[in-house]
Amino acid sequence: MTVFSIVVYTMLGVGAVLAVVRLALGPSLLDRVVATDTLLVIITAGLAVYAALQRDPTIVPVLVVVSLLAFVGSVAVARYVGGMLMRSPTDDGEESGLAPPGAAPTGEATS
Amino acid sequence: MNDFDSVPDWIAAACLLIGAFLCLTAGLGVLRFPDVLSRMHAGTKPQVMGVLLIMVGGAIRLTGWSATWMLLLVAAFQLITAPVNAHMVSRIAYRRRHVRRDLLVVDELVDAQRGAELRAGQEGMSGDQPADAPEHTRTTDAERRRTPEDLDQALPD
Repeated sequence: MTVFSIVVYTMLGVGAVLAVVRLALGPSLLDRVVATDTLLVIITAGLAVYAALQRDPTIVPVLVVVSLLAFVGSVAVARYVGGMLMRSPTDDGEESGLAPPGAAPTGEATS
Repeated sequence: MNDFDSVPDWIAAACLLIGAFLCLTAGLGVLRFPDVLSRMHAGTKPQVMGVLLIMVGGAIRLTGWSATWMLLLVAAFQLITAPVNAHMVSRIAYRRRHVRRDLLVVDELVDAQRGAELRAGQEGMSGDQPADAPEHTRTTDAERRRTPEDLDQALPD
């Protein structure tokens, strides 16, 4: 491992960990959708970096699959959340489990 | 294994480094920003640029046309799907009040909706709602006539 690959993988890994933290915290389901999308694209970037550093073209088709999966997953969850919230009487989806009880529906500022 | 010994390899290395840094900033912004819209701003823009740079770096490093075309396909998918995704998520976030309206400088959707009503000459037109929305979720006239200042006061904090 050269210094260059260590630096690149560290930056990608820290970005992915931060996205996972937002995925675990995220006060509403839409925050989690955004975090999942970011995480999947960082994974795509990591696979591409591996392929480029090793000159290994065998995992390039995986990139196509992962990027399409990120799009389909985010759009499906967004449509689903929209339909669920449309039927929620309190307008913030608390009783349907979309937001933790007591969480501000506008999303709270994180320190 | 990492044989960076020519000028194209160094260009590819620079692309990979900048792309990885943009992915890091995407993670940082998604964690630190206050609401859904700004998180989406942080998540999508460096995402697209970072992935494009990494694809360019990979296309320089990998030999063979099939790998290059597939990387180009991934970049094209990113460019096509990122606006669609952002549009759907932000539309639902705006409708369901997941937006910090006190942090918005301009809220053009409120003005646009009121302008459309004035042009149509009728109150009670709601172009933003789906036709099959249940009755209790429709925006009432009093709610729609509120100005952004009223919305600020209505929201806690």
